[in-house]
Amino acid sequence: MAFYRPARYQKPLVIVLLLALLVLPPALDAWGQAFYIGFATRILIFALAASSLNLVLGFGGMFSLGHAAFFGAGAYVVAICVDNGISDALLAFPLAMTVAGLLALVVGAISLRTRGVYFIMITLAFAQMTYYLFVSARVFGGDDGLPLAGRMTLGGLSLTGDGALFYAALGCLVLVMTFLGRLAGARFGRTIQAIRDNEVRMEALGYPVFRYRLVCFVLGGALAGLAGALLANLTGLASPNLLQWTQSGTLLVMLIIGGVGYLYGGLIGALVLLCLEEVLAGFTLHWHIGLGLLLIAVVLFAPRGVAALFGKGNG
Amino acid sequence: MTQLVFEQALNGLQFGLMLFLLAAGLTLVFGIMDCINLAHGSLYMVGAYFVAAAAQAADSFWIGLGAGVAGAAVLGLVLELSLFRRLYRRDHLSQVLATFGLILIANEAVRMIWGAQPLLLNPPEALSGPVEIGNFSYPAYRLVIIAFGLGVAGLLYLLVARSRVGMWVRAGAANREMTEVLGVNVQGLFTAVFVFGAALCALAGGLLGPLLAVQVGMGESVLILAFVVIIIGGIGSIRGALVGSLIVGAVDTLGRALLPTLLRAALPADAAATLGPALASILIYLLMAAILFFRPQGLFPARA
Amino acid sequence: MPLRLTALAAALMLAGSIHAAERIKVGFVSTLSGPGAGLGVDIRDGFNLAIKQLDGKLGGLSAEVIVADDQQNPDIAKQTADKFLKKDKVDFMTGIVFSNIMLAVGPTVFENQTFYISANAGPSQYAGEQCNPFFFNVAWQNDNLHEAVGKVVQDKGFKNVVIVTPNYPGGKDAVSGFKRYYKGKVAEEVYTKLGQLDYAAELAQIRAIKPDALFFFLPGGMGINFVKQFVASGLSRDTQLFAPGFSADEDVIKAVGAPMMGMFNSSHWAHDMDNAENKRFVADFQKEYGRMPSLYASQGYDAALMIDGAVRDVKGKVEDKVALQKALEAKHFKSVRGDFRFNSNHYPVQNYYLRVVGKDAGGRITNRMMGTIFTNHADAYASACRMK
Repeated sequence: MAFYRPARYQKPLVIVLLLALLVLPPALDAWGQAFYIGFATRILIFALAASSLNLVLGFGGMFSLGHAAFFGAGAYVVAICVDNGISDALLAFPLAMTVAGLLALVVGAISLRTRGVYFIMITLAFAQMTYYLFVSARVFGGDDGLPLAGRMTLGGLSLTGDGALFYAALGCLVLVMTFLGRLAGARFGRTIQAIRDNEVRMEALGYPVFRYRLVCFVLGGALAGLAGALLANLTGLASPNLLQWTQSGTLLVMLIIGGVGYLYGGLIGALVLLCLEEVLAGFTLHWHIGLGLLLIAVVLFAPRGVAALFGKGNG
Repeated sequence: MTQLVFEQALNGLQFGLMLFLLAAGLTLVFGIMDCINLAHGSLYMVGAYFVAAAAQAADSFWIGLGAGVAGAAVLGLVLELSLFRRLYRRDHLSQVLATFGLILIANEAVRMIWGAQPLLLNPPEALSGPVEIGNFSYPAYRLVIIAFGLGVAGLLYLLVARSRVGMWVRAGAANREMTEVLGVNVQGLFTAVFVFGAALCALAGGLLGPLLAVQVGMGESVLILAFVVIIIGGIGSIRGALVGSLIVGAVDTLGRALLPTLLRAALPADAAATLGPALASILIYLLMAAILFFRPQGLFPARA
Repeated sequence: MPLRLTALAAALMLAGSIHAAERIKVGFVSTLSGPGAGLGVDIRDGFNLAIKQLDGKLGGLSAEVIVADDQQNPDIAKQTADKFLKKDKVDFMTGIVFSNIMLAVGPTVFENQTFYISANAGPSQYAGEQCNPFFFNVAWQNDNLHEAVGKVVQDKGFKNVVIVTPNYPGGKDAVSGFKRYYKGKVAEEVYTKLGQLDYAAELAQIRAIKPDALFFFLPGGMGINFVKQFVASGLSRDTQLFAPGFSADEDVIKAVGAPMMGMFNSSHWAHDMDNAENKRFVADFQKEYGRMPSLYASQGYDAALMIDGAVRDVKGKVEDKVALQKALEAKHFKSVRGDFRFNSNHYPVQNYYLRVVGKDAGGRITNRMMGTIFTNHADAYASACRMK
């Protein structure tokens, strides 16, 4: 895999897309399809979560199967904040990111000592540990999770309306994508991609490989925490299901469908997968079979994801 | 008190041996072919459904068990020839994605064929009660499971440690390229190992069916445990899988049984009630993290 | 706020002239897969049977029931409920089996001002301080059946009891309900993981304690496995089993068989209750589905009848929420359990009966009515409810 470099046509495309997204909620509302505002918000949030995994896996080359732990931790922090009377997102969201990041620091510090399949498995095990910890602790609501008494406020603005939350999620996503785009081109991003491609050489060149990786892992965890914080606001519930390993699998699937290591891979993947789910689920209860076949087809025939189909200049 | 300790030890042994049946196939596929198979748990589930369906049709648990295991072996063969063969040379990411896809397909296919409600599988009538030796009593069926597990473990040991095929398998796990160069039909070996793993899965699924429930999704939770086992034991090592299984079985059972009591002695009741179940359920993961921290290759690494 | 505004505008427009709806849409979210599936399937079948008997109508209007599986997962239940409320714009919701899922879905439903008729889940929260005009429970409050068992165990003079229940709100309600009427010694409260299927470790622990009675509340597949393993371990000789009706109804009996014989359990309904509605229900259910109805099926059936009666009473004007609430409260239907009324918190005040598992005249293993435990029993939380 080569270094990430933005393609020339991306900028105008992004601007058009952003404008379209800005008018989406009123348009849906006018059309009498307000239900889909929530659905669109869900896509944005999962795009954010998958992109955070992209930082770890796509750019950092660390195959983590425990990303759901950070995603879920973010949701729980928000729920606990609301419980304790902190309902301002300006306070709670950074807190969620910090806690998720700290969790990632602990998990990463131990896991990054291992390589290959061992790394995959130990991240998975840590995620399961987090899951069981939350499920068995009654302060966190056990199997039921923690319901939010209501949505948070952002500064003085209430996020109660579906439109408001949509814009909040959109804002977060734009910020994070800009950050990731900058990061990928910056010195840190180059280094981390070089480590992904040839760890031994970077080690020999005197780069503190472990530390670079750990920072990347922690950043990814913190961003996943942000996504979790948003999702808890959308669903009104911090549920242990967010922490389950199949959730890590889903994020991974999104990212791989979209294209690992492409800046917009997570975004495309979340869009494709959730829309597919919505459409297929309308046709048949057994839509998972179709999705499963699709995944296998992607592996066998389009191994580099959807983004690769457009992505010249990236690959 | 002796009864309690002995009974819990047997419970741990029974759980561990069943884990071993699952972990044995997984560790070989993992170790020799360097292939992450998330769908290993699905083979366990599908195998259990095969056994339950065959047992209902034949009205005999044992015939059902035999037919179900054979059916799962055939399914394993088909999967190996059609899909897994193409995955061995691919990166871990592709393997995870494809086998995750397989999980979705397996769960949904089972739901379509057998419905969303669990199937009932009853143990043979003669084994439905307890066995009593003096004051001690223990469910007869669980004893049979233990016997099966010990039998398979012994058989596997002979096969892997003493036979020519076993030698190839060990060689393949230690160094695949070298084994190929030495003229071993690695392709055929892979197929055989995969099919054998599938049959062991079905055996575990069929045996546990009457104790647990044959239902959609039963493979996922057990898959994680099997992964923990082979990580602890060392990927590719049958001996590691056996030791790992027994450790996980014992730690999980004893943790669940004794931790709440122990904590209550040490801590105030409130804290103990909160901490007990939480600690018991993460104990094996803590153990795994600790082992990996000190021995990143597991207890019995297959590769030097 | 666009959503709220449109809702308000619509409400204002409707206030002037409320038309009768053309049909009644019911959103039915229930657990239809996994170990708890048997419960949801029975509720659904009971609900559908009632609608079939009513010629596909509810309150004289053609009925449309949208069924969805929550997979016993609060997230999925909530997403589905959102879709039902905002996209399909259902008039009623029902079907949820488990209290934890009810508590996750409730706020969305109430916010949407849609009536929820619970055919099973009866969490204490919605019976007490968080009671809501839009929530009705046509079955019982979670504690009730456990209270009844507690009374029986107390009256029969058992002194050393172990309680086994899953670690979730329904489980904790069960323990508090049981202990409200059982005053003897509780040797141990064993909390298992929801959905746990292997009880070897817990049974060993129970064997060491040697209780004279064991009260367990493990709905669905959990209970089936527990009873099977309990008998297989030989504990049934020294320990008498007690359970609420949930863990000793037709679904469990069918799966476990003879080992269930002699197990005492409590219920607000029994298939051998002597009233015309019940006889028709039991006969038709067997004809339609080829199996005996469980108490869940009776609750689903009653939920449909309750909606039918209320819609008929308001003459199809389901948009008039105030009138509809009054109609629901007044209970315009005949329940298969005999007469009962709704309390101020929208939970039933009713009788509870003792049943025992035994053989009927035809040699089939099933429940037999033994007598009445409570008459006109209300739940313990109603006094905390200030219904708006």
